Amino acid sequence: MTETTTEKARIGAPSAQPYINGFTEEGENLSPINADGTVTAPSSGPLAGDSAKGHSHGGGVGVPDSSRAGRLTSYKLEDFKALTGLEEDWRFTPLRRLRGLHTEALNGAAPSVSVTAPAGVTVETVGREDKRIGSAGIPEDRVSANAWANFTEATVITVPAETSLDSEVSVVLAGNGSEASAQHVVIVAEKFSKALVVLGHEGSAVVSENVEIVLEDGAELTVVSLQEWNDDSVHASSQQARIGRDAKFKHIVVSLGGNLVRVTPTARFAAPGGEVELFGLYFADAGQHLEHRTYVDHAQPNCVSNVLYKGALQGKDAHTVWVGDVLIQKQAEGTDSYEKNQNLVLTDGCRADSVPNLEIETGLIEGAGHASATGRFDDEHLFYLMARGIPEDVARHLVVRGFLNEIIQKIKVPAIEERLTDAVERELAAGDN
Amino acid sequence: MSTLEIKDLHVSIETEQGTKEILKGVSLTIKTGETHAIMGPNGSGKSTLASTIAGHPRYTVTSGSITLDGEDVLGMSVDERARAGVFLAMQYPVEVPGVTMTNFLRTAKTAIDGEVPALRTWTKDVKAAMQELRIDADFAQRNVNEGFSGGEKKRVEILQLELFKPKFAVLDETDSGLDVDALKVVSEGVNRAHSTGNMGTLLITHYTRILRYIKPDFVHVFVDGKVVEEGGPELADRLEEEGYDRYLSGAGAAVAPAAQA
Repeated sequence: MTETTTEKARIGAPSAQPYINGFTEEGENLSPINADGTVTAPSSGPLAGDSAKGHSHGGGVGVPDSSRAGRLTSYKLEDFKALTGLEEDWRFTPLRRLRGLHTEALNGAAPSVSVTAPAGVTVETVGREDKRIGSAGIPEDRVSANAWANFTEATVITVPAETSLDSEVSVVLAGNGSEASAQHVVIVAEKFSKALVVLGHEGSAVVSENVEIVLEDGAELTVVSLQEWNDDSVHASSQQARIGRDAKFKHIVVSLGGNLVRVTPTARFAAPGGEVELFGLYFADAGQHLEHRTYVDHAQPNCVSNVLYKGALQGKDAHTVWVGDVLIQKQAEGTDSYEKNQNLVLTDGCRADSVPNLEIETGLIEGAGHASATGRFDDEHLFYLMARGIPEDVARHLVVRGFLNEIIQKIKVPAIEERLTDAVERELAAGDN
Repeated sequence: MSTLEIKDLHVSIETEQGTKEILKGVSLTIKTGETHAIMGPNGSGKSTLASTIAGHPRYTVTSGSITLDGEDVLGMSVDERARAGVFLAMQYPVEVPGVTMTNFLRTAKTAIDGEVPALRTWTKDVKAAMQELRIDADFAQRNVNEGFSGGEKKRVEILQLELFKPKFAVLDETDSGLDVDALKVVSEGVNRAHSTGNMGTLLITHYTRILRYIKPDFVHVFVDGKVVEEGGPELADRLEEEGYDRYLSGAGAAVAPAAQA
């Protein structure tokens, strides 16, 4: 590949050039909640977060500015500056509703963890010094680092090598408190194992959670993270997976409940031949903020990734955010990647932000695509369906169900699919009132 | 035998310039087995009549009545009208995201009939109807009207007409934007539905072309929100030769020039 082509392929990946004066990246100042008047815009340009400063870069080779490779990663809370809401990765999040997850010591009671697992699976509660802590993840933002600094014990779930589970591992994380807390979960799928792990978040909690997921060589692992919190919950969850050689990882996020939910799944290929699917489904009601930021790091050749997030919004001030980062590094030849986000806006007064970011540093790839579409269900759709005899509530449900079903079908576990279909029905029923 | 009766119908819409009356006293009676063609220049109110019968919220009925076998249609919601047996084949069918044709057709059929159609015969009926209208089998798995061409959308409208078996079909410029082949296919579909003898048809069109394939029993000429002339099929032939000019020169002042452009 010639230099020229490489440069072309990097359109959208900001280089070292200064930004155009007077232009700000959309969203910067859109959240008045975040700007408290004392905040001034960073002088280095709207796209330059902390990573543009003279920090040590925990991950990667120092691609400047907002390239995902250059983002600060660190186990130390003090490495992350206090949030202002103007950071690239926080600009859509209403910080005032984080209930201290970014500012306070997270020493409240974390949601209780109960695991139901088929025979053969090991479930342990371990201290901070366990060697598996840190095996897949490293905090990529302040809230995650805050949890890392404060958690006292972690749950480690191990699927032994060459074991194929015949039923899912069910992890229920039940919140029962309103003090800011920290949670840590590690899931290890050993060589050539095959498993499905469901993380069910429920109850009331203010929690920052780190989930580390290790796929050893040849492992096939599906992780479903359900956010079915009560309406008062605040949940930040960094879920980071390290993908071994020829391993297959399917990650499904379903966010329905909670006041503010921010899930940031990251998949990093540690060896060639891996496959990653990141799916997400969210349904925001009035006043809910549901944010998902996916990141696929193609650091190895011949890996495949596919990202699909679909969301529905209804009610005043329902807000969803999807930011999808895909980084195809120079050495990741033969990469095949795609990412897509679709939103369905059901009523007035909602806001869906959708930002696909694709950085490609080599031309020797199979494919790299991205798409984003946000549409509304409007009076003409309703008229059309009703003119065919379909009552209004049925018409509305028909559209949303059909739209979200694409994700539910990816789970391939009838019991969970049924549970989610029911959960979506409940969301819809709530919207009818 | 059913009767759809429209009496002295006045309809207005809200525009930026205020309320505008579109239909200025329309009376029309359609019986099962009859085909009525409503013809007229652009802006004469033809499509307003169609949308008003179906109950589109944009149109306000200020006076007059529409009844179906004596039942007050104007008192019914949009879906109730459809279930009562009124079908509108739309001029611009919208794309409905997230809903497959299969799912949509079954849901609508269930709503209209008040019971779930027998799976086996239903699937067969859908397949056969699609074949006759030359709709690709893979359309069943696509979302309603999503990515369909203009002609495909119209064919899908007629597919619904054939499957839902309404008492009265209102075809709102179903012929516009169709090439001759598609026009034939669509007309055959309408004729098939009509030939059951259980349906009355209100065919709204700007052109006489479709009347070569669908034979009307009555022709009504619409100008400026009113029926200005009525007759048998021979009136359509005359319109083909003469166009609408002779009506416009008489009532011309009342027709907005922009609407004719």
